[in-house]
Amino acid sequence: MKLTVWTYEGPPHVGAMRVATGMTGLHYVLHAPQGDTYADLLFTMIERRNDRPPVTYTTFQARDLGSDTAHLFKTSLEEAYDRFKPEALIVGASCTAELIQDDPGGMSEMMGLPVPVIPLELPSYQRKENFGADETFFQITRALAKPCEKTERPSANLIGPTALGFRHRDDITEVTALLNDMGIDVNVVAPMTASPSDIARMGAAHFNVLMYPETAESAARWMERELGLPFTKTVPIGVGATREFVAEAAELAGVTPRFDDSRLRLPWYSASVDSTYLTGKRVFIFGDGTHVKAAARIARDEMGFEVVGLGCYNREMAREIRAVARDFDLTATITDDYLEVERVIEDLAPEMILGTQMERHIGKRLGIPCAVISAPVHVQDFPARYSPQMGIEGANVIFDTWVHPLVMGLEEHLLHMFRDDFEFHDAAGPSHHGGHAPVAGGDAVSSPQPEIAPQKTTEEDGNVIWLADAEKELKKIPFFVRGKARRNTETFAASKGVTEISVDTLYEAKAHYAR
Amino acid sequence: MNDLSPPTNTSGCRSAPILKQRGQREVFCGLTGIIWLHRKMQDAFFLVIGSRTCAHLLQSAAGVMIFAEPRFGTAILEETDLAGLADAQQELDKVVDELLARRPDIRQLFLVGSCPSEVIKLDLAKAAERMTQRHAPSVRVLNFSGSGIETTFTQGEDACLASMVPVLPETDARQLLLVGALPDVVEDQAINLLSQMGIDAKVLPAPRADSDLAVGPNTVFALIQPFLGDTHAALERRGARHLPAPFPFGEEGTTAWLAAIATEFGVDQATFDAVTAAPRARARKAIAQAAETLAGKSLFFFPDSQLEIPLARFLTRECGMTAFEIGAPFIHKAIVGPDLDLIAPGPTLSEGQDVDLQLDRARAQAPDLTVCGLGLANPLEAEGLATKWAIELVFTPVHFYEQAGDLAGLFSRPLRRKDILASDPTSFGPKYSGGSGGLAPQRQP
Repeated sequence: MKLTVWTYEGPPHVGAMRVATGMTGLHYVLHAPQGDTYADLLFTMIERRNDRPPVTYTTFQARDLGSDTAHLFKTSLEEAYDRFKPEALIVGASCTAELIQDDPGGMSEMMGLPVPVIPLELPSYQRKENFGADETFFQITRALAKPCEKTERPSANLIGPTALGFRHRDDITEVTALLNDMGIDVNVVAPMTASPSDIARMGAAHFNVLMYPETAESAARWMERELGLPFTKTVPIGVGATREFVAEAAELAGVTPRFDDSRLRLPWYSASVDSTYLTGKRVFIFGDGTHVKAAARIARDEMGFEVVGLGCYNREMAREIRAVARDFDLTATITDDYLEVERVIEDLAPEMILGTQMERHIGKRLGIPCAVISAPVHVQDFPARYSPQMGIEGANVIFDTWVHPLVMGLEEHLLHMFRDDFEFHDAAGPSHHGGHAPVAGGDAVSSPQPEIAPQKTTEEDGNVIWLADAEKELKKIPFFVRGKARRNTETFAASKGVTEISVDTLYEAKAHYAR
Repeated sequence: MNDLSPPTNTSGCRSAPILKQRGQREVFCGLTGIIWLHRKMQDAFFLVIGSRTCAHLLQSAAGVMIFAEPRFGTAILEETDLAGLADAQQELDKVVDELLARRPDIRQLFLVGSCPSEVIKLDLAKAAERMTQRHAPSVRVLNFSGSGIETTFTQGEDACLASMVPVLPETDARQLLLVGALPDVVEDQAINLLSQMGIDAKVLPAPRADSDLAVGPNTVFALIQPFLGDTHAALERRGARHLPAPFPFGEEGTTAWLAAIATEFGVDQATFDAVTAAPRARARKAIAQAAETLAGKSLFFFPDSQLEIPLARFLTRECGMTAFEIGAPFIHKAIVGPDLDLIAPGPTLSEGQDVDLQLDRARAQAPDLTVCGLGLANPLEAEGLATKWAIELVFTPVHFYEQAGDLAGLFSRPLRRKDILASDPTSFGPKYSGGSGGLAPQRQP
């Protein structure tokens, strides 16, 4: 038993729903109690889908238990087939139905429906949403994809995008463009957009583009083994990764790599003088493994940030993320405990968080700017505008998204110059965010808390004390760099064995860290 | 007071036949009630003993994460608990000890049963008893079920309040108890109206555990919400007597509800009129504005919160709408009978649901406004049907005179919006088949 307040991932049957809802011509019959239908609103409200997810729930109640839940499942399956006439069905159980052991797979096999019925075994008490999506897509592929003649022109399948995915809709468009530029066709995009008959012809492609290892790695490995389809290992998020992806895809397709970077703005925007202020910004990165891995590289190599911590919530990616962390001389935070992530962020006191909607809340509480880089998704993660993460436009979008929460370059200098002006007080915030009402009281959510490090004048590893003068001097430093100054000074003092920080210590530390 | 009592005529819907179909029910489970209950009882913590699905539901239904550590959480059952490798009761003790150590401000702890905990027959009553002894007197531990196999949406609040009734102290005092969790501002309005008539009222649930709430044979109670059937029964078992009345939605409903109490306490007509005249006039005026949009429009209720029947009474009688179908998860005639009496015959009354068949009926009747859950609202909007999400009716202050206009406004806004927007549903393009086709801009050449 584990106490949980907020979760990064839903149960595995929600992962199966993401696959089914992304596809067409597929229907999911889910043995589940009433109430589990809440999952429909994830799709209709968060993603603003204009159609119901293709899911029929048996919605059994207490009075059905022990009498005829199995019969209820059969009736639901029959009625769902008659009403929706899908090309294929998937069947399975949610957490409660798993306990009553009605065996939806076995029952549906006996019913002799005229279309393929694919049973899912998703262990609800061990695994989570990403596993559910990955396993479901794997089972559908294994049941339906057959060896077939290759397309004449070089072609690829894009695999991994699902309903309720973080920017999957737009990433498909971007990756398609990268491939088309080299004369590679897209054979099938799956699960999103694919029908069961599309799944059947995936073998016609020359290779797979594994867009999201979280949701399609098992299927990619199976197709490699059974259909002879190699798959790409680089996820094209960020400039460097996109260039590598283009080279990798060209090699798999046997074409000349071609990368049209005429619309790519991230490198120049990052090099332009206004971006100088980004140098060495201390960032903490957390999310799903794929997006964290990409973000770490962009943060260091393309934005010039300093990555002070990183981690992911999906244990399936733990090994890979630990390897990335080693490359940064860091220890990865691998956890799905929200409160632990919050503690790590508090300890590290970064100047910016690249995280999920959950870390956005942590940032709000601690007064740290946050840009969202990964699922779990929120209605804000489905913008009306084109907003991919992958490819050329993805890199441009990432630059804008990451810079937006920060005070802009020139503005930072102006704030410094005018810091004694009443309108430029610490709580003023970046001017382009607007709506900063004067803070009247102690509302913890809306009142900015520029002091990132605790006000207490101690550090856990050495009891460093700030003398009053030094504390006063520290207050003169603009709020958005004050956390960093405090932390650097304390680290410096600790390294010198100094237990009291004076004004001199503060400036010695400043000189020490100058670059 | 007779003129204000609900007529017990036979012209209403009380004895109309009820359509009962059995199929997929598109409803929340009772755990959802925790979202508003934990705000109401500020020293209470709600610990769901369930699965990751339960935790995910609470998070999704709450919509936003406002608090770092909310006063609710889920003890997620794991493989070891189910396989009998770990003693679930001991595991639960550990989780609760950890929780109470971290939250010393908690005075009431609710152990909330879920579908999985009920299927494995985890005895939470036993656990609550044990923990109450262990943590007394600082924390009182109660248990109720919010599971989907036992409860539908608002029945979670009913189960929670019903669990509190047996532990209330006994009293012989003549008193009025108002039952149901309301936003403080609305609750204060009700208490204020009654105190102006010289009636003292207490409210279940009390905001804190150490209240002076008690119950006994001289207690009469008025329900504020129509979904409190079990609480109603639990209070009657303690000897309290129910005052049946239409529910306090709209000017007419609020007046009839107050009148039932006033009659019981012998308030004279002049006092009643003096107290209610001004807010009644304000309510009528506010409703009239929204009713301009609503009058003559047709209405279809999907089952959701059990508020459907009182709301249909309000919308048909005070806003001039016509109901095609009034669907409710349960129809408890001892509680909603007075509202049914006031609804003119005509609408189909349905209890329970087969959502696909009900959608077929809604499409065929093409109502001007469909009241439904969040899972159905956007798909129906895309088909051209204006909708009102039902969950907002539970989260928003809508009771009594001063909110009557807001209540009508919740229904008129979707219709006004549909009029204002120049788009027509056929311009929304094809069904969202999941892909980017047609939805993302094509890449510039």
